[in-house]
Amino acid sequence: MRIALFLTCFNDTVYPQTGKAVVRLLRRLGHEVDFPPAQTCCGQMHFNTGYRPEIVPMLRRFTEVFGGYEAVVAPSPSCVGMVRHEFPVVARQYGDNALREAVDAVVPRVHELSEFLVDELKVTDVGAYYPHRVTYHPTCHSLRGLRSGDRPLRLLREVRGIDLVELPEAESCCGFGGTFALKNAATSTAMLADKMTCVRETGAEVLSAADNSCLMHIGGGLTRLSSGVRSVHLAEILASTEEDR
Amino acid sequence: MTSQRAHQRTNVVWLGSPSFPEAAKPLLRDEQLRSNLRRATGTIRERRLAVTGELDDWEELRTAGEAVKRRTLRHLDHYLEQLEASVVRAGGQVHWAADAEEANRIVTRLVRETGEREVVKVKSMATQEIGLNEALAEAGIDAYETDLAELIVQLADDRPSHILVPAIHRNRAEIREIFTAAMGRYGRPAPEDLTDDPAALAEAARLHLREKFLRAKVAVSGANFASADTGTVAVVESEGNGRMCLTLPETLITVMGIEKVVPAFSDLEIFLQLLPRSSTGERMNPYTSLWTGTTEGDGPSTFHLVLLDNGRTATLADATGRQALACIRCSACLNVCPVYERTGGHAYGSVYPGPIGAVLTPQLVGVENAASLPFASTLCGACYDACPVKIDIPEVLTHLRAQAVESRRARRKVPSAEALVMKAAAAVFATPGRLAAAQKAAGLGGRFLGDTVSRLPGPLSGWSDARDAPVPPRESFRAWWERTEGGTDEEER
Ligand code: SF4
Repeated sequence: MRIALFLTCFNDTVYPQTGKAVVRLLRRLGHEVDFPPAQTCCGQMHFNTGYRPEIVPMLRRFTEVFGGYEAVVAPSPSCVGMVRHEFPVVARQYGDNALREAVDAVVPRVHELSEFLVDELKVTDVGAYYPHRVTYHPTCHSLRGLRSGDRPLRLLREVRGIDLVELPEAESCCGFGGTFALKNAATSTAMLADKMTCVRETGAEVLSAADNSCLMHIGGGLTRLSSGVRSVHLAEILASTEEDR
Repeated sequence: MTSQRAHQRTNVVWLGSPSFPEAAKPLLRDEQLRSNLRRATGTIRERRLAVTGELDDWEELRTAGEAVKRRTLRHLDHYLEQLEASVVRAGGQVHWAADAEEANRIVTRLVRETGEREVVKVKSMATQEIGLNEALAEAGIDAYETDLAELIVQLADDRPSHILVPAIHRNRAEIREIFTAAMGRYGRPAPEDLTDDPAALAEAARLHLREKFLRAKVAVSGANFASADTGTVAVVESEGNGRMCLTLPETLITVMGIEKVVPAFSDLEIFLQLLPRSSTGERMNPYTSLWTGTTEGDGPSTFHLVLLDNGRTATLADATGRQALACIRCSACLNVCPVYERTGGHAYGSVYPGPIGAVLTPQLVGVENAASLPFASTLCGACYDACPVKIDIPEVLTHLRAQAVESRRARRKVPSAEALVMKAAAAVFATPGRLAAAQKAAGLGGRFLGDTVSRLPGPLSGWSDARDAPVPPRESFRAWWERTEGGTDEEER
């Protein structure tokens, strides 16, 4: 299958290793992966902060760049949520007919990584090896936005060598919320503190999630505390193999 | 028009309230409050999950509730006129109030006409919304709250912080102190040896209130529902104090938001299942009172229904925002909200706190008058999942955020710092070339800074007060992809 990687502007800029992991993983599973370099951003930050008209050019670009692919995969539930749920809203509010149609055509082909592996490629054992104690935070956009359910955990359970430990109060929000962490920094920090307590209770060395933005938030708190817990994107765990050791 | 709207409806938002982030700060530092809230919302949350889980048609019930509410809102004018006719037919009188001021004027006049100088009240958010107690006090009429939690709030000269449990921010020891200090000022004092045992507290409240019930000739109530076809009004409560108000006095005045109407009496079947399970985690409400107009020799002989608009028709005009009017005030969204759980209700500066407050309040008072509220959420979606009538609160939140930004744009000649950042970001995202250039600049910075940054500049410092920020790597993914020809030239960084 010819798959386009939609890396999202944030991963592209701050977490390139996640993109490399997705490429490695999908190629290992026997697929062609392309990174259309004309891609930029899904506009989620603008949407969630209330700047809707600004998103229209990004929307247009997205449909032009990804319109020709069979499947588009992104290692970010929140950006996929933006595409799936908000693109149609914005297109209807500000777009012309052509844009609406283009959006409706591309949206069903955009998948979050764990969804894509489990539902489209029908694999849960991706041949990964990761000998660490890991706890997994399901993130709100994955859990309630995309309804990804236990797909990420099903993938992680098949990883060889992994010691997967349950995160207490896993489903409660970590307090990131994009610009929420800036606009309501004090409240965000209070939520983060509770999340970090839960992470540390597990005794895990690695905190994983499917979204680097939440990982940046929780991980930033954990390094501030010198907790010794690393944060690693789900894709990087799934891409790891015995040969990497 | 908007500023006039705000003037007329100041009571929805407490005057002088700071923005949400400011109001939240001292509350977040209050450890007692945090632990009171955590315990209370945690308990209700678990109970709710247990009792909603035991119905196999729970999802169908939610869908049915949503459908009835949506239909009602689409034809609100029709159902309201039908309700009016039904109430009049049953011997009641109906009054229409466009805003808080008019509603207060009507109720004050009605009480005056009875010649009484005091009223008992059964919990009513609508009267809080319009500031009725204050308006009555100005007219020399004393209003006594009879719901236990409302009583606590009134005695403490406090504000409610939760839809259903207005004194959720208080624990037993605090309540004992409030009773001891204040009951005597309003009537029968608390016993001298009062302990903070719940039974003792309840008994003290009972004795204090009984005196009022037996004396009161006029009662003011809210309404949870009113059915258009029969003119029946419904109040649900847990303590039975409301029932005293609804049966003992001679005159009953009910103040009801116009969105509380449901088309048919039979619709109550849906909501009387959804409400208790969602709100207190009970299978049934301990007290459900229904009355239809007046009946000779049974209950109040005079019944007035005041139908309150106060921003509701303006809200109705917004196709996305109007779903907030479907709210049945169960408070499930508050109890699952991680933001509410940390800050409590006072941070919202409104009678309606929590997720529903964040979408309802700005609509009732005009978004420019409560512009920080739609941003008081991480959009985690827990409220949407909990809502028994499926109000898509995150959808309304982002919708109102866009309105808040638009209204600020319209009013400000000079764009805000945030608007400039958003504009600049949009320009960067307009072309991959600009994005690549920005990434390069960010990556260069990283070389001097190490792996993480512990202090960010300016408006970003709130972030770095508690977390290290990552430094962008020297090479973005797109640069790597280009250099390695799609990762074929080099396996790793
Ligand atoms: S918005 Fe929904 S969950 Fe919240 S109080 Fe209203 S009905 Fe209940």
